[in-house]
Amino acid sequence: MSKPLASDQANSIVEVENLNMFYGETQALHDIDLSIPEREVTAFIGPSGCGKSTLLRCFNRLNDLIESARIEGSVRVSGRDIYAPDCDVIDLRRRVGMVFQKSNPFPKSIYENVAYGLRIAGENRRRVLDEAVEKSLKAAALWDEVKDRLKDNALSLSGGQQQRLCIARTLAVEPEVVLMDEPCSALDPIATARVEETITELKSDYTIIVVTHNLQQAARISTYTAFYYLGSLIEFNQTEDMFTNPRNNQTEDYVTGRFG
Amino acid sequence: MKFWQRGDPFIWLTGGALALCLAMIAGLVGIIVYYGAGVFWPQDLTLLRLKDGPPVMGKLMDRQPIPGAAGRYRVQLKVGNRDAYGQDFRWVDEDAIAERETPTEAVVFERIEWGDTHGFIAALYAEERLLAKGEGVWEVLQELLDQVGELDERIHTLERGELDKLNRAIDDLRLQERRLQREQNDAQLVANEVRRQALWDEHEALSERLDELREQQERWEVEVALAGGETRRVAVAAIVRAYRPNLMGVGAKVQTYLSKGWEFVAGEPRESNTEGGIFPALFGTVMMVMLMSLAAVPFGVLAALYLREYARQGFLVRLVRIAVNNLAGVPSIVFGMFGLGFFVYGIGGSIDQLFYADALPTPTFGTGGILWASLTLALLTVPVVIVATEESLAAVPREMREGALALGATKFQMIWSVVLPSALPGILTGVILATARGAGEVAPLMITGVVKLAPDLPLDAFAPFFHLERKFMHLGFHIYDVGFQSPTVEAARPMVYTTALLLLTIVLLLNLTAIVVRNKLRRKYATAAF
Repeated sequence: MSKPLASDQANSIVEVENLNMFYGETQALHDIDLSIPEREVTAFIGPSGCGKSTLLRCFNRLNDLIESARIEGSVRVSGRDIYAPDCDVIDLRRRVGMVFQKSNPFPKSIYENVAYGLRIAGENRRRVLDEAVEKSLKAAALWDEVKDRLKDNALSLSGGQQQRLCIARTLAVEPEVVLMDEPCSALDPIATARVEETITELKSDYTIIVVTHNLQQAARISTYTAFYYLGSLIEFNQTEDMFTNPRNNQTEDYVTGRFG
Repeated sequence: MKFWQRGDPFIWLTGGALALCLAMIAGLVGIIVYYGAGVFWPQDLTLLRLKDGPPVMGKLMDRQPIPGAAGRYRVQLKVGNRDAYGQDFRWVDEDAIAERETPTEAVVFERIEWGDTHGFIAALYAEERLLAKGEGVWEVLQELLDQVGELDERIHTLERGELDKLNRAIDDLRLQERRLQREQNDAQLVANEVRRQALWDEHEALSERLDELREQQERWEVEVALAGGETRRVAVAAIVRAYRPNLMGVGAKVQTYLSKGWEFVAGEPRESNTEGGIFPALFGTVMMVMLMSLAAVPFGVLAALYLREYARQGFLVRLVRIAVNNLAGVPSIVFGMFGLGFFVYGIGGSIDQLFYADALPTPTFGTGGILWASLTLALLTVPVVIVATEESLAAVPREMREGALALGATKFQMIWSVVLPSALPGILTGVILATARGAGEVAPLMITGVVKLAPDLPLDAFAPFFHLERKFMHLGFHIYDVGFQSPTVEAARPMVYTTALLLLTIVLLLNLTAIVVRNKLRRKYATAAF
């Protein structure tokens, strides 16, 4: 298997080296080597069960919650090995935010949802919170829709609004990397379009990694794309090249719709 | 075959099961309400003139066929005058009745002792001197009743206030003396002797004043003519309430009904609990339920949090979970035995030896009391709280937890700010179930602190206000006691139904409050999980 490379990348913020990941005896990821460029949108594609979500959850150590999970190799975020014993997981998760497949606002007000990350970090100054909430909601393109009802329960929002609220909540703690695990799979086309718009706008400030099943979506929003199959990284390239001129046969089969 | 596949019989089966359940519950509540709600209604007095023998007067209670005699009926009459006739109730064959009347002047006297008297006012006496007779006697009686009521109030205030205080002071002194004797502090003992004499003098003076008041009260007597013509004297002070049901309109009857209902809820019991009020039982029940919840809920929720959120899910935790589930199924009397052995004799006995040694051998905490009863019931309900809390914690979606962790929350922050609020409605459901179970439990209480009659409430105006060592009364035990342990079962029966009705109402109220709170929380923390 040829080592997948992304050409002419400026700075890489997430670097993965020889990553092997196991659930008990089952190996979920095989020898992943990957460098994710800074301030770009990178899409992870591949058939179900290929390990793209598992890899994503390695970047903020959310797999730690699964007792049988075990990892070999190294993952560096901004040059620091996040699996080193002295790595502070709480701090890591503040630097690497995550938006989930199913929108998961907390049973609190819209305001408190966005302010949650800051509050748990010990920030209680009203002015700082107000500013952060407004800024994040604007960045997530939700401000105009909710600015008059910040005190309402977040669960009163529509599905698309909830997902953008989750994005705003993630942005409020100003992470370096935002992980998105199929953020649009539970949304209708119009809500999907709004979220995609939001992602495109965020590109200039944040590094975004999106797992998606939707190849058109990957083509629309991402600059780089990684294709996984059965736990291995098959190809990593600029999105344009990947879809028009794939280097690997499996990639070609997948992006042209012959399987998957 | 097709019939089965369509599933119609299953719908009928499930619907039928539900209907049967509802019918049984409706029957239970219906019977209790039917018999319980009407007890205080001032029923008309019926005078039956018999073909042979003297006439009888009373409230018509029942009508049923005579066993073994087809087509003939008999009526049950509550004749009252237990002291004159020896029994409250009498069956009369309808064939033997010559005439039925509802005399307008007939009076029902509710008495402190011996139940009701039914009859007519013949005359009023003050110290054997005729006070009134014939026309206007009813009005004079009302006046006397008012005066007696005033005196009653004064006596009550004295008894509850000064007399109570004196008794306490004397008792304190007695305990102090015993300590001094042990320490052989003779000088102090002599000083105490002087003080005790002073207290006793005061006590005597007070007793005299009380006796005087009582004598004043007992001056007046009413002569009652019974249905058969014989007369009896009743002290006005012994009359709780007098009314002429045959003269009363609906408005007056409703008034009397409410007044009797209020006496029932707020008054003290009389006549070995078969009459008067049940306030001490009501108070004891509510206070016990509150103490129980106070002990059971925090412990249950904390234990469940550890089991579900922190403990490593393995063989040991599974074992603990099975044990907790089994504990919820242990018969309550077993908990009662444990409560008696562990709380009362074990902990209570030790407390007595350490802190109340002066009072020994009279136990203070080393005997049944409201604290031990509440703790025993808390033990009984804690498994229910644990199971329910665990289940609602497990129902909090994983995405929600991960969402909090992904924002940099510690596990504690996640539990405190996201998991607990989401699980709160479910936890409250468990608390409701547990409380309802605890409120209805009687067996373990019988051996850990409930008594037939407890004159002192466990909460009063004397320091330290909460007297958790005191024995208390309980509605459930009250029902058992009145229904099966009282000398006149027939007379006590209405009391059983009204008490049951009240217990039902209280459980309902407790549940309703909890449900309202839960729904409020649910709206606040609405999640997909509930």
